[in-house]
Amino acid sequence: MARIWRFGPNINTDQIVPGRYAPYMLPDEAALRNYPFIEARPEFAATVQPGDLIVAGANFGCGSSREYAPLALQLVGIGAIIAPSFARIFYRNALNLGIPLFEADLPAEVADGTAATLDIATGQLHTAGGLIALPPPPAFVREVWEAGGIVAYVRRHGRFPGQAAP
Amino acid sequence: MGQTLAEQILSRGAGRAVRAGEQVVVDVDLAMMHDSISPSIIKVLHHEIGAERVWDATRIAVVIDHVAPAATVQTAGHQANLRAWVRQQGIRYFFDVGQGISHPVLVEHGLARPGMVIVGSDSHSTGYGAVAAFGTGMGTTDMALTLATGRTWLRVPETVRVLAQGQLAAGVSAKDLGLAVARRIGADGATYRAVEWHGLGALSIAERMTLATLSIEVGAKAGLVPAAGPGWQAHADARRLQAPGWLAVDPAATYVQTVTVDLTRLGPQISVPHQVDHVVDLHELGRVAVDVVYLGTCTNGHHEHLAAAAQVLRGRRIAPGVRLLVVPASAEALRRATADGTLGALLDAGATIGTPGCGACIGRHMGVLAPGEVCLFTGNRNFRGRMGSPDARIYLGSPEVAAATALAGYIAHPAEVLA
Repeated sequence: MARIWRFGPNINTDQIVPGRYAPYMLPDEAALRNYPFIEARPEFAATVQPGDLIVAGANFGCGSSREYAPLALQLVGIGAIIAPSFARIFYRNALNLGIPLFEADLPAEVADGTAATLDIATGQLHTAGGLIALPPPPAFVREVWEAGGIVAYVRRHGRFPGQAAP
Repeated sequence: MGQTLAEQILSRGAGRAVRAGEQVVVDVDLAMMHDSISPSIIKVLHHEIGAERVWDATRIAVVIDHVAPAATVQTAGHQANLRAWVRQQGIRYFFDVGQGISHPVLVEHGLARPGMVIVGSDSHSTGYGAVAAFGTGMGTTDMALTLATGRTWLRVPETVRVLAQGQLAAGVSAKDLGLAVARRIGADGATYRAVEWHGLGALSIAERMTLATLSIEVGAKAGLVPAAGPGWQAHADARRLQAPGWLAVDPAATYVQTVTVDLTRLGPQISVPHQVDHVVDLHELGRVAVDVVYLGTCTNGHHEHLAAAAQVLRGRRIAPGVRLLVVPASAEALRRATADGTLGALLDAGATIGTPGCGACIGRHMGVLAPGEVCLFTGNRNFRGRMGSPDARIYLGSPEVAAATALAGYIAHPAEVLA
C-alpha cells in the first residue's frame, strides 16, 4: 500500500526543492534525494517510501523551470502526483522524466497519511473510502510514460510526440 | 481567420499555419542556457541522448548569471567546465560573469528579435516577449533535446489579451500593472496560454521586459508585447533592427480572454508573502517595516529602473538600519547608470552595488535573507524561502516603491517621502 502525501494549492518549485539545494550547489549531486520539501515538509524525504502518492491542490509545481524539482521526487520513488491542475513547465518536466501525473480534484477524505493503491495503467485509485477512477491522460502522455521518459520515447519512435512519422 | 502573435510565430516555426490547441514541432531560432542548469543539460545531451555536437553553435547563447561570480569552489568548478564546453562546441554567444542576466543581455545585444522562437533553461525566458519573440522556459531534458535537434514540440497556446487604457500616474510603473493583472487572473490565470500586452506602445523595452517576465507568474507559456510604438522604435533604431513584415497584431485574432486595465486609476501594487498573486493596493497594507530593499532582477533591474529609483533617492539618505542592495540586470544597465549619474545618486543615498546578474533572487548569494527579516523586492517571486531563510518575508513592488521604502524604512509610496 502506498501512503498519500497531501499538499495544498499553489505548491511552487521553491517549496519542492529550494534553489539553494540545486545539484549545481551540491558537492554530491546524488544528495538531491535528501531535499524534496526540505523546508516545507522536513520529514518527507526521510519517511517517503517508493510508490507513495502526492495528492495536491491546483497549480502544483508553479514557478521555476528547474527539472531537479520533479527529479528529486522521482529519486525518492514517488509513484504519481494527482492534482486538479499543474503548472505548465512542471507538467512537461515530469512527463519528460516519465513521472505519472493525473489531473483530478480528489476529496478531502483522501487525507494525508491514509493508504491507497494506484494502478497507473488503468488510473484506478483504491482508498479506504472506495474506488476513484482518475481521468485518463492523452494517448501521447501514456506513450511517453511507457517509454520511460521523453528521451527514450524519441529514441524509440524517431520523432517527438505529435510529429508525423519520419 | 486571424492569428494571435503566438500563432503567427509558431506558424512560421512549424512551416505551416497553426492554431491554438494544435500540438506542433517548431524550429528554434535561439536557445539560451545558464550556469545553474548547464551542467545537467550537457550531461543529458552527451550521455543520455548521445549527441556529440550541438545542432547549430551559432544559435546558442550561454550566460553565467545565476551564481556570478562563483560563490563556492563547487560552482567555480562548474563554471570552468562550462567555459571549456563553450570553447569545445564553438558556441557563438558566451556571456561570462558580470555581463548580466540572460534575458536583458540577449535583448540588449539584439540577439532576441521579433518573431523568433526562443527557448531558455529559465522560467523567465518569457522575457524575450519584450521584443515580440515567443520566449518560453523549459527544463533540462527539453533543452538538451533542442540542443541536439534544433527543434521542440509544444501545444500552440490560446492567448489572454491585456488591454491597458490611459496613462500611468506619476510613481506608478509597469510592475504595478503586472501585479494588478496577477491579482485579477491569479497565479494560474494564464496556464497553458500566452499573454499579449496591448496599449503600451510608449513603454520602454525595460518596462516591457517587466511585463514579459511577470507573464510566467500567471502561468503563461509566453508573454508578448507587440513590436510597435516609440518604445520599440528607440530600441530598434539603436540596433538597426526591424520587425518582420509578417508579424503584427491582427484585429481578427481570437483571444480566450481580455483583461482591461485603466492605467489612470492604477496605484502602486504590493505582492505580500508568500504568493505573487496575493496583491494589495499599497495604501491597504498598513505599516510594514523592512530590513532590506533589493533593487534588481530581470524584471526590474534595468537602467530605466535604477534611474527611476535614483530620481526618488537623489539628495536623500536611506533610513538607518535599512540595507539597500542594488544589483543591475546587466553590464549595460550599470554602464548607463554610471554615465548619467544614476549610480552616484544611488551610492550617495547609501546603496550597496552588486555584480550584474541574478544575485539573491534565487537565494544563493549576494544578500540572502536571515530568519525574521523583511525585504521589499523588485523581483518577480516572493515564495517562502526564495531569497534565503524560509522564515523571511518578501514583498514585491516597483523600483519607485523600493526607493521610497529605503528612505522611509517601511513600505512607502513615493509621494509619501517626496511630500
